Amino acid sequence: MDVDQMQRRFADYTASLFREGFLDDQFTQLQQLQDESNPDFVVEVVSLFFEDSERLLNDLGKALDQQIVDFKKVDAHVHQLKGSSSSIGAQRVKNACIAFRNFCEMQNTEGCLRCLQQVKQEYFLVKNKLESLFRLEQQILAAGGSNPMME
Amino acid sequence: MESCNCIEPQWPADELLMKYQYISDFFIALAYFSIPLELIYFVKKSSVFPYRWVLVQFGAFIVLCGATHLINLWTFNTHSRTVAVVMTTAKALTAVVSCATALMLVHIIPDLLSVKTRELFLKNKAAELDREMGLIRTQEETGRHVRMLTHEIRSTLDRHTILKTTLVELGRTLALEECALWMPTRTGLELQLSYTLRHQNPVGFTVPIHLPVINQVFSSNRAVKISPNSPVARLRPTAGKYMPGEVVAVRVPLLHLSNFQINDWPELSTKRYALMVLMLPSDSARQWHVHELELVEVVADQVAVALSHAAILEESMRARDLLMDQNVALDLARREAETAIHARNDFLAVMNHEMRTPMHAIIALSSLLQETELTPEQRLMVETILKSSNLLATLINDVLDLSRLEDGSLELDLATFNLHAVFREVVQLVKPIASVKKLSVTLVMASDLPEYAIGDEKRLMQTILNIVGNAVKFSKEGSISVAACIAKTEPLLDARAPDFFPVPSESHFYLRVQVKDSGSGVNPQDIPKLFNKFAQNQSLANRNSGGTGLGLAICKRFVNLMEGHIWIESEGFGKGCTASFIVKLGIGGRSSEPDHRVVPLNRVQSNFPGLKILLMDDNGVSRMVTKGLLMHLGCDVTITSSADECLRVVSPEYKVVFMDVGSPGTSGYEVTRRIHERIPKRHERPLIIALTGNTDKATKDNCLRVGMKGVLLKPVSLEKMRSVLSELLERGSLRES
Repeated sequence: MDVDQMQRRFADYTASLFREGFLDDQFTQLQQLQDESNPDFVVEVVSLFFEDSERLLNDLGKALDQQIVDFKKVDAHVHQLKGSSSSIGAQRVKNACIAFRNFCEMQNTEGCLRCLQQVKQEYFLVKNKLESLFRLEQQILAAGGSNPMME
Repeated sequence: MESCNCIEPQWPADELLMKYQYISDFFIALAYFSIPLELIYFVKKSSVFPYRWVLVQFGAFIVLCGATHLINLWTFNTHSRTVAVVMTTAKALTAVVSCATALMLVHIIPDLLSVKTRELFLKNKAAELDREMGLIRTQEETGRHVRMLTHEIRSTLDRHTILKTTLVELGRTLALEECALWMPTRTGLELQLSYTLRHQNPVGFTVPIHLPVINQVFSSNRAVKISPNSPVARLRPTAGKYMPGEVVAVRVPLLHLSNFQINDWPELSTKRYALMVLMLPSDSARQWHVHELELVEVVADQVAVALSHAAILEESMRARDLLMDQNVALDLARREAETAIHARNDFLAVMNHEMRTPMHAIIALSSLLQETELTPEQRLMVETILKSSNLLATLINDVLDLSRLEDGSLELDLATFNLHAVFREVVQLVKPIASVKKLSVTLVMASDLPEYAIGDEKRLMQTILNIVGNAVKFSKEGSISVAACIAKTEPLLDARAPDFFPVPSESHFYLRVQVKDSGSGVNPQDIPKLFNKFAQNQSLANRNSGGTGLGLAICKRFVNLMEGHIWIESEGFGKGCTASFIVKLGIGGRSSEPDHRVVPLNRVQSNFPGLKILLMDDNGVSRMVTKGLLMHLGCDVTITSSADECLRVVSPEYKVVFMDVGSPGTSGYEVTRRIHERIPKRHERPLIIALTGNTDKATKDNCLRVGMKGVLLKPVSLEKMRSVLSELLERGSLRES
């Protein structure tokens, strides 16, 4: 597959991610911030996001597993996750976090557990998608094309 | 001969006569002399006597007569010639004077007589004046009584008090035995005894209203004397033989609010009267005087006015109470409605979330599935699943949108957009399906249609797409034409909106879109129902036509939000259908973001080389993103991840501090205060801006209260950060956004 085709595929894939609501405008902003002085900005931020989120999801699992759930702590974690996801434009994760916080406010353990499932699901989905995206990017760069993110 | 006064017993007869004559003459002379004296004396005593010289004349006359008689005394015997001469002179003079006097008297006596007449006349006049004085005095007194009575009556607005006071005062003024007031009953057919002076508790006597005596009283506005035996006057059991006193009755008009027309002061068109009956004390032989009757009439009028005032007051009090009750009820209803709306919104929000969550799961997983290796059958199945679930998702969105639209809680997102591009995109989207159905789609855009416009692009597109989609859906063959132009200021031909005049202005224009299709058309009678919710034309139930029936309803609401009008024309089945709408859009320039809430700056810097910024955020990812953002703009960013670190690092060399205040438990406010303490001088202190994930008013207020210069919603876009920094540097704070 030549570079142009790959570029097109990249563009289509990105467009579909936007269309399906996985990513929103904020991701575009991130792409805009990537320049010559900062060529791997997006990858770095997203990697940090992955680390952060997995840690938070673990903590959340543990917190909700307790006999007596400390909803304040759970809420704090979810808040963090929400902040991170909105910073990189992971729209669905962010939305799921918003719903999660409602249940925390209502101190509904069942609901929280369900939401946690939801958030995890969304997170893995978007992680999957983004990793595919980065793979595509690498392929393009390897084939000698210009970085598609920095359009 | 000498006379002597000695009394002699017998005198000769002729000497006797002579003696008698002598004596008489003497006495006459005496009398004649004394009369003037008397006259003078009495005239001197009286101050008024106009005829003094007549008196003199008369006096002279009398004196001379007396002198004559006196001189006569000497002529009885022989007398000398002197005496005769004197006598003659005296007589002559007397003759002259007496003639003169007689002549004078002819003139005087009529005068004197007329004095008498005048005196009589004056006496009569005096008597008359006395009478009139008496009358005036009585009238004056009457007037005083009336004024006093009126004052008493008008000083209260309580009907009961008015009537009672009237009766009491009348009774006192006129010294009545009994005074009673009969009011008409509700039915208007009877008069009921309502108030009396002496009886403290009137028993409910009623009297039919159409008695002749009552009619007589009611037909005149004067006080009328009636017989003491008439039913209205018989208030006490007639015991005894006393003669009942005279009775007078007068009508009291009862005025209603409706009687007070502006132009004609109460002409008493609706005649409801009360009857006031006044009785003089029995056995007193008193009669009703005219002035008393007049007093009664005046009082009756005053009472009427006072009563009407009282009635009006009662009405208005009642109306006010009614209004207050209604207010309370309305308030309750409003609160109930609000609760209902809240409940519904909550329900919708939850349902929305509950419905969307599994929807998204289905859609996401199906789309993931689509990317794996599938057999063609499986692919088909997955595609169907995707299509159906997308449809379902759309349905859910539509329902939510519609309810938000009806709430009025939907607001348009106004922004500049490319109008031509919108139409092109709609056509692009529709072309695939249309070509499958072998329908041709043509787009005609008027040459004066502006390229850029200000409005809600998403919803405009949704509307156009919906209408064009309908056109495609309901046409089996033929062509679809989409025409867009600027609406002229002629009234619409749609009879349903006769008042809709699109009037363009400097900053706005009206876009007119017309979509014609050659499809199955619509029965003209069904056209009004098309825009109702959930209305589907039953006879057109195609298998292809899926959908909620909400599309047109939503379109209509969007169009209304855009201050426009939408309508459909069709000649009938098989004759195609034309859907048109007009919406109001702003005229857009080529540049972006006419955000009228932010005053445009003179220049927006594109780069801020060397601007030292301190960032405090405890979320790693968000910290990194913000730092990248600021570095992209050329700033020199220092990052801190906690309040302590921030306070350690902060110094006057930083121009701006971005502080995250969203996380619960962060001490953003506290840090701000400490910074203010640490760097008290304003020009040395960095500008502190809050970054937060929620923009409710409370957060904003708190931030501004501790001294932050602005609040930004995370995540911040590049453009926004650029303009924020420009504004901060130029103005030192952020205008409310």
